[in-house]
Amino acid sequence: MTGAVAATRPGGGEGCTEPAVRHDPGQRAVFCGLTGIVWLHRKIQDAFFLVVGSRTCAHLIQSAAGVMIFAEPRFATAIIEERDLAGLADMNEELDRVVTRLLERRPDIKLLFLVGSCPSEVIKLDLKRASERLATRFAPGVRVLNYSGSGIETTFTQGEDACLASLVPTLADDPAGAPPSLLVVGALADVVEDQLARLFDQMGLRRFGFLPARRSEAMPAVGPGTRFLLAQPYLGDTARALEARGAVHLPAPFPLGAEGTTLWLKAAADAFAVPSANFEAATVLGRQRAERAIARYRDRLAGRRVMFFPDSQLEVPLARFLAREIGMQPVEVATPYLHRRHLAAELDLLPDGTVLSEAPDVDRQLDRCREARPDLTVCGLGLANPLEAEGLSTKWSIELLFTPLQGYDQAADLVDLFARPLVRRAALKV
Amino acid sequence: MQLTVWTYEGPPHIGALRVATAMQGVHYVLHAPQGDTYADLLFTMIERRDARPPVTYTTFQARDLGSDTAQLYKNAAAEAYERYRPEAMLVGASCTAELIQDDPGGLARALGLPVPVVPLELPAYQRKETWGAAETFYHLVRALAGPNAPPPGTPRPARDPARRPRANLLGATALGFRHRDDVAEVRRLLDSLGVEVSVTAPLGARPADLARLGEADFNVVLYPEIAGTAARWLERTFAQPYTRTVPIGVGATRDFLAEVAGLAEVDPAPALADGETRVRLPWWSRSIDSTYLTGKRVFIFGDATHAVAAARVAQDEMGFAVVGLGTYAREQAREVRAAAERYGVEALITDDYLDVEAKVAELQPELVLGTQMERHIAKRLGIACAVISAPVHVQDFPARTAPQMGFEGANVLFDTWVHPLMMGLEEHLLAMFREDFEFRDEARGSHLSGQGHAAPPVDAPPAPVSVAAPANDVAWTREAESELHKIPFFVRGKARRNTERFAAEQGLAQITVETLYDAKAHFGR
Repeated sequence: MTGAVAATRPGGGEGCTEPAVRHDPGQRAVFCGLTGIVWLHRKIQDAFFLVVGSRTCAHLIQSAAGVMIFAEPRFATAIIEERDLAGLADMNEELDRVVTRLLERRPDIKLLFLVGSCPSEVIKLDLKRASERLATRFAPGVRVLNYSGSGIETTFTQGEDACLASLVPTLADDPAGAPPSLLVVGALADVVEDQLARLFDQMGLRRFGFLPARRSEAMPAVGPGTRFLLAQPYLGDTARALEARGAVHLPAPFPLGAEGTTLWLKAAADAFAVPSANFEAATVLGRQRAERAIARYRDRLAGRRVMFFPDSQLEVPLARFLAREIGMQPVEVATPYLHRRHLAAELDLLPDGTVLSEAPDVDRQLDRCREARPDLTVCGLGLANPLEAEGLSTKWSIELLFTPLQGYDQAADLVDLFARPLVRRAALKV
Repeated sequence: MQLTVWTYEGPPHIGALRVATAMQGVHYVLHAPQGDTYADLLFTMIERRDARPPVTYTTFQARDLGSDTAQLYKNAAAEAYERYRPEAMLVGASCTAELIQDDPGGLARALGLPVPVVPLELPAYQRKETWGAAETFYHLVRALAGPNAPPPGTPRPARDPARRPRANLLGATALGFRHRDDVAEVRRLLDSLGVEVSVTAPLGARPADLARLGEADFNVVLYPEIAGTAARWLERTFAQPYTRTVPIGVGATRDFLAEVAGLAEVDPAPALADGETRVRLPWWSRSIDSTYLTGKRVFIFGDATHAVAAARVAQDEMGFAVVGLGTYAREQAREVRAAAERYGVEALITDDYLDVEAKVAELQPELVLGTQMERHIAKRLGIACAVISAPVHVQDFPARTAPQMGFEGANVLFDTWVHPLMMGLEEHLLAMFREDFEFRDEARGSHLSGQGHAAPPVDAPPAPVSVAAPANDVAWTREAESELHKIPFFVRGKARRNTERFAAEQGLAQITVETLYDAKAHFGR
């Protein structure tokens, strides 16, 4: 396999040159979109996620969640059985029965997502119609939406995209003639959201909101006056749905690290004509704190080589952060899907010659990894221990979704996630 | 459709994967979408395996459905053979691929690979993980040992008396509850009987080992759920008898030694004597500090083998009272029902976690012996718990050797079950000095936490869920309610329930302090 294609950085600074991307399709080792439920069900506190799928789906979510962290989660699976497939039971009636039982048990639920899976997609179970039927039945107490988290259509974090995209049509209209408002799109830890809200406040922004909100009735309004920032790089469908409602995307790098956070906030500041003195005053302390915190790690990590396996779609922003703020060298940055438009600002900032690959074959990437022997490999849970056993340090990437990482005051936590495996390897004498 | 919050078992292809991963030289080519690759982490994270499980997933996508997923399967199988060079290959489909009906068996056969290819039909919408493991092991054994079978009806030749008796150890898989350690302990038991272990399978076996299964004199079935089907086929095909006793607990281990001695035609006395030097449970149970264990009410739930065995140990060897017994394994419901009858309780046969939760809430036992799921139920309800069965979590793979089987296993059971309980005198002190300002309801045994009396925070605050609370229209007076709170929390639920039942039976509208003590006298044990 010598198909390595070095990506060349766009020369003119226009950001319009396509980056060179290695194409080596084959077998993938990535979660499906159902996995997003693990963090989404904690984020929207009165929402429930009902997967309509197989025992495999139930087993996947429970395993990805670290096997039962929460005694009573706000998710469940309606497991399709033989009698449903054989037509002995009417699947829609069965679904109604399951949903009724569920909502009786959980009167606190105000928003129910019916989540499609591989089996429900293959048998073409119409969950859109089912959600409309159930929405009528349980109105006004419970709203019912649907989206697909199936592995034949979505990988891992794309499940959040599908979920948020299904919310967009239900958002209230921002009143006509209302002043422009800022919308931050993508699930963030509550603590990060609160920090960002304080920064926007200090910048003098008055109208801003977050999608998703923590409660279903508090979802933000949207309209032609909405300017939105993506907090996560995997929200293509959500962005399109917002644009269809007249909202305008503010292109920016993602808020990872001091530089990423500053550029991301700056995109909002510019869109709302925040005077640069105000922007500087609002951000200087946080930025300096983040830079000081990051600097402490630079000696340990600078010059180390890092390789990414495709997993969360956060790979490109993370590689940019590690390369520019820490001085690490990305050996290969693989991602399940490269959203060229939303990542344009990130790709501009990647070092020259960074090798990108999109959904590469897992076995052949493992071959490359063993040959390159990077100092740190960022990969999924299935690969991490085997690579460690081969003497390679790894950072398992699901932690990148379950840890508050965005913004200035998380920059140190972010870099610490990458430093810890190396620190640990150096510390152990057994 | 079944509403499932947590599932006790994965789909059947996970069972196949447990067999493949346990073995050496086997590769499984699974027709499955990318999400199914989560299964890798069960082995690499939960079991801390240092290699990826031997499986190739085709990871077909929606766009492949319109074209040729069958060709995709053939390519994946051919590439997997080239890369891994297995000595035998398992081929099959997961739930989604079952729906598209590509026939992995036929496709793989068409490749003409130079190794045995074993097709697996595992109906994902009917069956579950343990069945999948049993079926996979059976098909592998049949495919690999079958060619060495004697003509049907051939009697087993008598063993050459100069040769030691030989047994196969069947049933241990990857991701099993203490399988690794049970194998080590049972090997030691067999060794003490002078029985040689011919093949251990699936754990650690190669396809060539399965081919020589027929050479043993008999089979030791460690986990009937997994090895039962294969053992019955081996009995029919090679006239090999197999063991029925699972050696969990002191009594069962002695029975097991007697059964194996019978099959091997050896004297069990030396092995039993060796066991007596190693087993501590009987004296630990008889020593007077264990008096406080007497009659502790225990609820047991797990796979059938472990649940039934645990009930015997709990009642006969620990002096507990079994108040509930159940399993999620419907295939073994009959055995569990029979056992439940022996303890005078009704068996709970369900794979619905919510039913189990409701049952535990209703019974208010003092100890729950269950799976990782019951551990969470018990934690929510403030009841002591020890894990006795799969499904497993990372903490069920201890670094030390901690078998469930054999004499050492009995020692492990004593320690693991007693550990979560309040120590004897501590329990009395709590009862006597309830009002001591440093005793709080959450107080746990002082040996359980470095934080004095403060209970460590449990995983998450319980969500507002209505757990089948018994209908209650009897009112408690304020005095009675406050008296109730003087009773230690771990028996308070039972006291409340008994008092309410007593009041209802007596037709009382109100519960006073007197009623509370009348009920105590009525139900007193």
